Amino acid sequence: MQVTDQKLVRKGSQKKFIFGGILIIAAIVLLIITNTKAGAQYFLTVDEIKDRQNEIIGKDIRVSGAVLGDTIEYDTHNLILQFDVAHVPGDNKEIDAQGGLALVLHQAVMNPEANRLHVVYEGVMPDLLQNEAQAIMTGKIGEDGVFHASELLLKCPTKYEEALPEQSAQS
Amino acid sequence: MLPNIGFGSLVITLIVSLYAIVSALIGVKKNLYKYVESARRALLLSFPLITLTALCIIILLVNQNYEVQYVYNVTSSTMPLYLKITALWGGQAGSLVFWAWLMSIFASAVTLRRWDRDLDMLPWVIIVTSVTLVFFLAMIIAFENPFVRFWSVPGHGEMVAMFQPQGGRLIHPMDGRGLNPLLRHPGMIIHPPMLYLGFVSFVIPYAFGMSALITGRKDDRWIRLTRRWTLVAWMFLSIGLILGSRWAYDVLGWGGYWAWDPVENAALLPWLSGTAFLHSVMIQEKRGLFKRWNMILVILTYSLVIFGTFLTRSGVLSSVHAFAQSAIGPMFFIYIGVTFIISLAFLIKRWDDLHSEGIMTSLLSRESLFLVNNLLFIGILIVVFWGTVYPLISELLTGQKVTVGPPFYTSTTGPLFAALLLLMGVAPLSAWGHSTWKTLGKAIWIPGLASLILLIILIVSGVRSVGALIGMTLSSLAAFVTIHEFWRGAVARHKRSGENYLVALWKLTARNRRRYGGYIIHLSVVLMALGILGIEVFQTETQGRLTPGQSLSLAGYTITYKNLDVFDVADGRNVARAVLSVSKNGKNLGELYPRRDFYYDSQQPMTIPGLRSTIEDDLYIVLVNWEQISSQGATFKVFHNPLVNWLWIGGFLLVIGSFIAAWPTPEKDVEMITKKVMNREYGKLASKSS
Repeated sequence: MQVTDQKLVRKGSQKKFIFGGILIIAAIVLLIITNTKAGAQYFLTVDEIKDRQNEIIGKDIRVSGAVLGDTIEYDTHNLILQFDVAHVPGDNKEIDAQGGLALVLHQAVMNPEANRLHVVYEGVMPDLLQNEAQAIMTGKIGEDGVFHASELLLKCPTKYEEALPEQSAQS
Repeated sequence: MLPNIGFGSLVITLIVSLYAIVSALIGVKKNLYKYVESARRALLLSFPLITLTALCIIILLVNQNYEVQYVYNVTSSTMPLYLKITALWGGQAGSLVFWAWLMSIFASAVTLRRWDRDLDMLPWVIIVTSVTLVFFLAMIIAFENPFVRFWSVPGHGEMVAMFQPQGGRLIHPMDGRGLNPLLRHPGMIIHPPMLYLGFVSFVIPYAFGMSALITGRKDDRWIRLTRRWTLVAWMFLSIGLILGSRWAYDVLGWGGYWAWDPVENAALLPWLSGTAFLHSVMIQEKRGLFKRWNMILVILTYSLVIFGTFLTRSGVLSSVHAFAQSAIGPMFFIYIGVTFIISLAFLIKRWDDLHSEGIMTSLLSRESLFLVNNLLFIGILIVVFWGTVYPLISELLTGQKVTVGPPFYTSTTGPLFAALLLLMGVAPLSAWGHSTWKTLGKAIWIPGLASLILLIILIVSGVRSVGALIGMTLSSLAAFVTIHEFWRGAVARHKRSGENYLVALWKLTARNRRRYGGYIIHLSVVLMALGILGIEVFQTETQGRLTPGQSLSLAGYTITYKNLDVFDVADGRNVARAVLSVSKNGKNLGELYPRRDFYYDSQQPMTIPGLRSTIEDDLYIVLVNWEQISSQGATFKVFHNPLVNWLWIGGFLLVIGSFIAAWPTPEKDVEMITKKVMNREYGKLASKSS
């Protein structure tokens, strides 16, 4: 009798641990799901943005492009930075097939036919912003087709042999 | 000559390590110690051999032998000597050699201990560490050889090769490309070795865990043997992470310290599983629970260590497609996959042997709260892992690459970290086996009241951020509980022995190093939480363009622009340096010099903030832009980062706490009892294996 009692107690006590554990796991899963939905940013290329401009207005977008050096304008009074980027493929395999990042960036800048995107960014001009650098921007597209970047990362293919955290190019 | 010696030594190490594996296996198979001893000696040989390789690289770096590609890539003639030496880990090939070198040190150290009681584990420890070493050596030799040189071959142009091609002549470039200037910072020089020390020392607990699994030992001997290794590994990993953050804060000039970048995440992942492991082994030691779980944790940590080593140095993390580009990427994935599956297979084979010796009965017991701690740490690990791989998953499933940014990480891990803080306040007060609300309430009411008072003070003083209020209250609770524990212990000791309070406190800590060292680490985490809350919640910023004499104000500080100089420095930099005077409430606080360095060799600029740091707050000024000749106007961005210094102070305390917890205990009597038990256990298992 006593033994069965003990067993019952044990069974019951194990249940509460399983219940508690499931509760915690469920909470974590819920957190992940809701925050993933809220924080999702779409990776698009300049071409894709031009194609789908109307449906993506106001959404969080991440886009990369080749910086056109001549178009860089920096208003140092208000810290407003503007420049144009030319389309580069979003897929690294494709970039490699076309001869590597440096060449792709160079060709994108030289090609007058390539789609271009005007970018406005408020803040400090990053050290690496220069002609033929790859700009990776996060932000939203306005109805006027201008990309308002809230975050700006830059990569220069020749200088980034080392693995540097991406934030190194951030400002 | 030197490249050949270095490379030859690498190849010999590979052969010797392969021999160690084979010989140890034969030793196990034939149950003869002499083969194991031979394997042990082979493993010991790997240390001088890799040391020779590393020395060759260092001499090449210091002598500026730019015909060697690695030397060309990471050094230049303007770099000071110490940077040339530390360039050993400035690129991927060198850091892999450095990794292998550390592995050989730790493997040698562990095989040099006295093994009499655990001889059955020795061959497997040798095998696991040697397999790891062999993998790294093979990667270096096949894909990342630091000794390849530039050759000019008639008819073929220039090429890169290890050995002299037919008719080839060495090309001697005039100068190297130089270490990336962003990496020329004390934090970045010590950061990779610390991280690697942490990574490599986690291999040791894994090796012991695996040997326990393979030999079929059910006891917690492997955990006791590697407790200190785990703690030291954890400490180095923590130092590495903190130094990395400090580097980002000092060098990258964007006012922050952590960006949830894939590289950073890769180093954080093994730390998270390692922290969970560090806590959960205590349950196995005290109560004989969670044996399987601990095995899973140590296997997971090992896989994440290899993953982290690869990611932090290879530069392929920005896109996973890049993995396919270098041969080394797939190799790492195959290695991680294979070792993970083999380890799990051993675990499944021993699954039934590793049953718990009891069950948990009380929700508030120490073991139950440790379980919650583990769930939370693994939860954070899953969040970070998910965020890192999400772009891939979304691309695979929908064809549309979607990523998540830093806000995802902060809002998802925030509640989990808060829960961990709460646990840190409650768990030290709960008892093993059985705890009730009543006993817990009795122990917690004084610290609880103190944090409640703090909460009221904070609200009255105008703090309105909910996140900050929760964070401050929870961390103060953890701090008060910990201090109260020290206090209670010291008072009890004072009453018993009549020692004065300081002596009592000292002896209390010395006699229970693990426990009180752990508490000190908890306190350090509270300090770090304070710093993180300060910068995350209370950071303010302003920016503006100033002409000499004009000022900016932020958080009570007035920053006045005085002048700006542009000049060349002997080590190959062009420096633009602004002079600003800082005052607060009319009181002059001195000058700050934010600057922009331009490195001629790598053609790269670098922004160094002007920083005024106190325990209360940091004033962080970035020189954004300046007009060269005309009006002498310059643009500045100013950050006010309250409390952030506590993040670094907490880092120091963490190291102190780890040392206290890891310091060998002098108490022999405890050791004697375990020895007896172990001897019996060992005898049984030895007879089983023969």
